[in-house]
Amino acid sequence: MNTLISIEGVSRRFGDVTALDSVSLDIRQGEFFALLGPSGCGKTTLLRILAGFEEPDAGSVRLDGADLLAVPAHRRPVNLMFQSYALFPHMSVEKNVAYGLEREKLPRQEIRRRVSEVLETVGLAAHARRRPHQLSGGQRQRVALARAIVKRPRLLLLDEPLSALDKKVRAEMQLELKRLQHDVGITFVVVTHDQEEAMSLADRIAVMQGGRVEQIDAPVALYDRPRTPFVADFIGANNLFAGTVSGGGLEVSGLGVLPAPTAGLPEGAQALLAVRPERVRLGQGTLTGTVVDVSFYGGVSHVALSVPGHGGHVLVATQGPARVETGTEIELGWDAADGVVIAADDAAVENGAPV
Amino acid sequence: MARREPALRGNGWLRLPFWLTYLFLYAPIAVLVVMSFNRNKTPYSWGGFSLDWYGRLAENSSLRTGLVNTLIVALGSTALSTVLGTLLAVGLARHTRSRVLDALSTLPAILPDLVLAIGLLVFYSAIKMTLGLHSVLVAHTVFGMAFVTAVVRARLGHADTSLEEASQDLGATPYTTFIKVTLPTLAPGIVAGALLAFTLSLDEFVIAFFTHAPSQPTLPIVIYSMVRFGVTPEINALATLLLAVSFTVVIVAQRLTKLTEAL
Amino acid sequence: MTPSPAGRRAAARVATLGPGFAFLTVFLLVPLALVLSYTVFRRGRFGGIVYEPTGENFARLADPLYLDVVLGSVRLAAVTTLLALLLGYPTAYMIARLPGRWKAIALVAVVLPFWTNFLIRTYAWIVLLNSQGPVNSGLEALGLGPVELLYTDGAIVAGLLYAYLPLMILPLYSAIERLDPQLREASANLGARPARTFWSVTLPLSLPGVLTGCVFVFVPSLGNFVIPELLGGGRRIMVGNLIRDQFLKARDWPFGSVLALAVIAVLVLLLFAQAWAGRRAGRNG
Ligand SMILES: Nc1ncnc2c1ncn2[C@@H]1O[C@H](COP(=O)(O)OP(=O)(O)O)[C@@H](O)[C@H]1O
Ligand SMILES: [Mg+2]
Repeated sequence: MNTLISIEGVSRRFGDVTALDSVSLDIRQGEFFALLGPSGCGKTTLLRILAGFEEPDAGSVRLDGADLLAVPAHRRPVNLMFQSYALFPHMSVEKNVAYGLEREKLPRQEIRRRVSEVLETVGLAAHARRRPHQLSGGQRQRVALARAIVKRPRLLLLDEPLSALDKKVRAEMQLELKRLQHDVGITFVVVTHDQEEAMSLADRIAVMQGGRVEQIDAPVALYDRPRTPFVADFIGANNLFAGTVSGGGLEVSGLGVLPAPTAGLPEGAQALLAVRPERVRLGQGTLTGTVVDVSFYGGVSHVALSVPGHGGHVLVATQGPARVETGTEIELGWDAADGVVIAADDAAVENGAPV
Repeated sequence: MARREPALRGNGWLRLPFWLTYLFLYAPIAVLVVMSFNRNKTPYSWGGFSLDWYGRLAENSSLRTGLVNTLIVALGSTALSTVLGTLLAVGLARHTRSRVLDALSTLPAILPDLVLAIGLLVFYSAIKMTLGLHSVLVAHTVFGMAFVTAVVRARLGHADTSLEEASQDLGATPYTTFIKVTLPTLAPGIVAGALLAFTLSLDEFVIAFFTHAPSQPTLPIVIYSMVRFGVTPEINALATLLLAVSFTVVIVAQRLTKLTEAL
Repeated sequence: MTPSPAGRRAAARVATLGPGFAFLTVFLLVPLALVLSYTVFRRGRFGGIVYEPTGENFARLADPLYLDVVLGSVRLAAVTTLLALLLGYPTAYMIARLPGRWKAIALVAVVLPFWTNFLIRTYAWIVLLNSQGPVNSGLEALGLGPVELLYTDGAIVAGLLYAYLPLMILPLYSAIERLDPQLREASANLGARPARTFWSVTLPLSLPGVLTGCVFVFVPSLGNFVIPELLGGGRRIMVGNLIRDQFLKARDWPFGSVLALAVIAVLVLLLFAQAWAGRRAGRNG
């Protein structure tokens, strides 16, 4: 797939706050791309730069190889679906949707045709004459979406598109967004702080933190091969151990040498070991812990153990009901191949997880 | 969970000053209105119902001149204040962060009218401008604008900048955005501000007193010269008419724009 | 060729802010600067200004004749403000507690008289307080009158209070209305009786509104010259009358400017006090 947008070294400061710190990433033609990160990490700022409401202090943004920053917001083939939807309260649904087409000075008939087509697509044809305040949250969200896609932009930006909806509508809209993106074939960039949402929607995800891009990968790769401590901690649950490479494992003070895939790392190097709860086995292994909590979630059980010498609890996920009781002492462990080692210089090394 | 709030109980004694306030505000007005329908020439004893004084009022030519002058000044200064004030409000909210400009825009509303009045008198005389309706009109624009700016800004404060950004995002130029999105969202604020400027100008006395030409008095100045000579039933009739007009305007404005929110 | 983003922003700034501030500069800042500059020049023999610097205009403020006027008007304005607060606070408090629809009606009823002509409102008090007016007729019927009510300091205070009471109630109302009802509930929940809650929670948090209302009543009371003339019968001269006379009768513009500056100084002082209280309440709240 060819690159549609190429962002290089983009930085933006607001006074003391560095909202974006030399961000570089490429977005490919036709993909569903997600920006994922905790609140305040700079996602909205990056979107606003793409839409033209914010200018970077440094760096470049190219669309099809041409400088996008030189184009004023109203001439960019990029549309933004606002977090607040920003529907014009004094215009009906159809007027809102027609607004962007009228600015292109298209013939009336074509405008009318395209507006009714897109309202059909998002299932709001019956509500064309309503004002935004007469619609439900989910319906407003669809109007905002229709208003943006009717322009057939090269790139559609969606800022937390589902965050204002309640849980049930949210799940429906996730499916619908995905279907819509597939149908209209527009490149989508969606911003979210909800990792499950990003995982289920996107082809590729950029995880951001503190204005920096931590890792860009497909959802499965992100889960299985986190490349930074932040990603390992942020995506899904993980047991993290910091130590030094020693004798084919990771030596952690207080715990001894833990099984870890350290091939390729020099003896004595600082590194972080991440082990998913579902990879930890109970009953045998290198560590001994006391069960402090067992909770059953239908299909799986979560067991929390306190291990002498280890700061937090070690989490274990087992299929079905757990056969241990609170207060029991038990051995636990994992195969070296089931861990992921992240060297202190932030580059991931070998790991044995199946791809 | 309509739980009765303990702090709300025992407020009985507050009712007294509450009703006293409204008695204080409305008793004098009520007396005027009743007296205006009194046949007697001495305004203090009831001599039967009559509309005589209203007839007398209609014949008073200096009141008519005053009214026409006032309307010219009020309409002109309202138009000017509304345009300048609306632009200023948009500029202050969207295009600058200067606190000095912000303070300057509200200064005429805070400044005592007497200070503004002497300032303009001194200024007009320094540039040797002849006084007339135009000098009052400009003077009223100075404070009318401050009120329009304040009211429109209050509205802009609630308005979401994302509406304007959405408009640009959909391909509208900044100018089209201003006309199609900014102004319509501001419309209630602009109407409220304009009504405010208009009523303030209609009633304004102190500044007009200092900046008018003796040959062209506004209505409040005509009233002032009548009132100075004491009580006449004619003024009661005039008062009743003016009260009716103001009450109607305020109630209509309240209905239209929920003026109290802007205040 | 499209203008740069910075250029477009500058154009929008000039188009929106330019006309208004040009107008304010010419018709507000220049006049105020003129008044300010006149305070240090001598008056001409036939009015007008002689551009010789002098400090005597300020010195005249200390003249017992004028000092009396200033102190007397400060007293009347202060009494008016105090009465407005005593009447206005409970009223604003009650309005804030009214259910939605009644709240709106009560508020409009406070503002309504304010929108009627100021001279007419003052005139109403001439009618009321006249020696043959309704108040005196009532007193006479009770065997208490007639009393001279018109042309007294009391009449001036009544007129000023009538003119500016709404300016006290509105800021008080918005300050009280803004208070989180949960704070009062919390106070009651912690065992405070209503009076304690009022003194310890409601009043301190509404203090910025109290001060705003006081500024709104005190400053125009000080500068009013119509009410002392019509209701005081010209016996009591207030700062407003003095200023008017310097400009329209005595034609002593420099001294008039000094008096105007004094009024502005009072205003600025009070505004600072109010901003300070606002910040304090902001920190507490
Ligand atoms: N216009 C602005 N002025 C000042 N600070 C801002 C502005 N916009 C964003 N920021 C700051 O930049 C950081 C990133 O903000 P944002 O991009 O909105 O984060 P996100 O969308 O990931 O939650 C935050 O610390 C925010 O406070
Ligand atoms: Mg955001």
